[in-house]
Amino acid sequence: MYKSWWKILASVLVLYSVIGGFLMDVPHLPILHESIRNLYFHVPMWFTMIILYLVSVIYSIKYLGSADEKHDLISVEFVNAGVIFGFFGLITGMIWANFTWGEPWPNDPKLNSAAISTLMYMAYLVLRNSLEEEQKRARISAIYNIFAFPVMIVLLFVLPRLTDSLHPGNGGNPGFGGYDLDNHMRLVFYPACLGWILIGVWIATLRYRIRIIENKQLAE
Amino acid sequence: MDLFSQVKFLLHKEVVMEWRSKYALNGILLYVVSTIFVCYLSFKQIPPITWNALFWIIMLFASVNAITKSFIQENRSRQIYYYTIASPQAIILSKVIYNMGLMLLLSSIALVFYMLVFKNPIGDPLYYLLAVLLGSISFAAVFTMISGIASKANNSGSLMAILSFPVIIPLLIVLIKLSKNAMDGLDRSVSLNEIGVLAAINIVVITASLLLFPFLWRD
Repeated sequence: MYKSWWKILASVLVLYSVIGGFLMDVPHLPILHESIRNLYFHVPMWFTMIILYLVSVIYSIKYLGSADEKHDLISVEFVNAGVIFGFFGLITGMIWANFTWGEPWPNDPKLNSAAISTLMYMAYLVLRNSLEEEQKRARISAIYNIFAFPVMIVLLFVLPRLTDSLHPGNGGNPGFGGYDLDNHMRLVFYPACLGWILIGVWIATLRYRIRIIENKQLAE
Repeated sequence: MDLFSQVKFLLHKEVVMEWRSKYALNGILLYVVSTIFVCYLSFKQIPPITWNALFWIIMLFASVNAITKSFIQENRSRQIYYYTIASPQAIILSKVIYNMGLMLLLSSIALVFYMLVFKNPIGDPLYYLLAVLLGSISFAAVFTMISGIASKANNSGSLMAILSFPVIIPLLIVLIKLSKNAMDGLDRSVSLNEIGVLAAINIVVITASLLLFPFLWRD
């Protein structure tokens, strides 16, 4: 975790995806036109968010087994970073929707699900604030985190598939990979995903290390 | 005592406790009936889609109010006593089953009264009833665990709403769709998907409660 090679890799990949994303060839599709380039920024945000929440849940489960304060700190900082990426995902999506679907917030199940899951994790943060005692706070918020995670999975991956959605891959629409993610786009898209996930993990670990230092100073 | 007899014993205790202090049960029944009446007086007549949605919103708030107290009403010393005589799984299971019963009663009364004041044709009444019963079971399953979590915090009243609403929304979306299908009298096979999702969410939630509650109760 403290090694620097993956941080350099993350920066290079994200830089590459920004430059490549704006300059390289994209397929010319009706309605989407050049806005298809937003794919390189919008979709990786959600992938990063899911990965960050997943890590957080894993550490919550670990916390219940170990009662180690560090696991709790990792879990909360990954949620903090995940919420930020969730907001970025919503914002990039709203900008994209404004140009392709005509309004920033069309009544789409995937949008609503994403908003609700963000609410859920903000409720987790509120729950943490309302508990004073540290060990109790860590334990109870870990329980809520684990309890909410399967519901979030249902929200984001099951419900949108049951109803009609504007998003590709839902309600019978083929996924993006199906027909319009051509090989040129893959060249940018996959590195962008990996780069943003690494950036997300980097942010979360930085915040975690700050918390560790703060705790040390408090203890002295 | 094995798990089954413990659950049976605790369930018996819950029912007796409820019956001794009838104010809680009567209070929540009165709450539902008066909410429906307030809605009736303010809406007078409503289109079918609103009729369906309004019913579920009333049920949502009624069930939050009914279930919030399930952990808060018991004082600390009595809770410690339960924990010495019963396993945590038995406690959460008995609470979930009891709340399911309570919600079934509550929602049937609410539905009867709601249909009495708001006249609305239902295409497939039996299936609508099934949707309502499934809904009350799911509400009870989710809210029981959340009320356990919220009862550990200081201002549990508002926390209960904050914690439970995002978790209940996926269920609510499926329920509204299922009951809408029943209201329109669509073919029953159309809604099998929704029933499957509801059953799956319930199983996941109850399993998670059983696994997580042992960590929640020990202080």
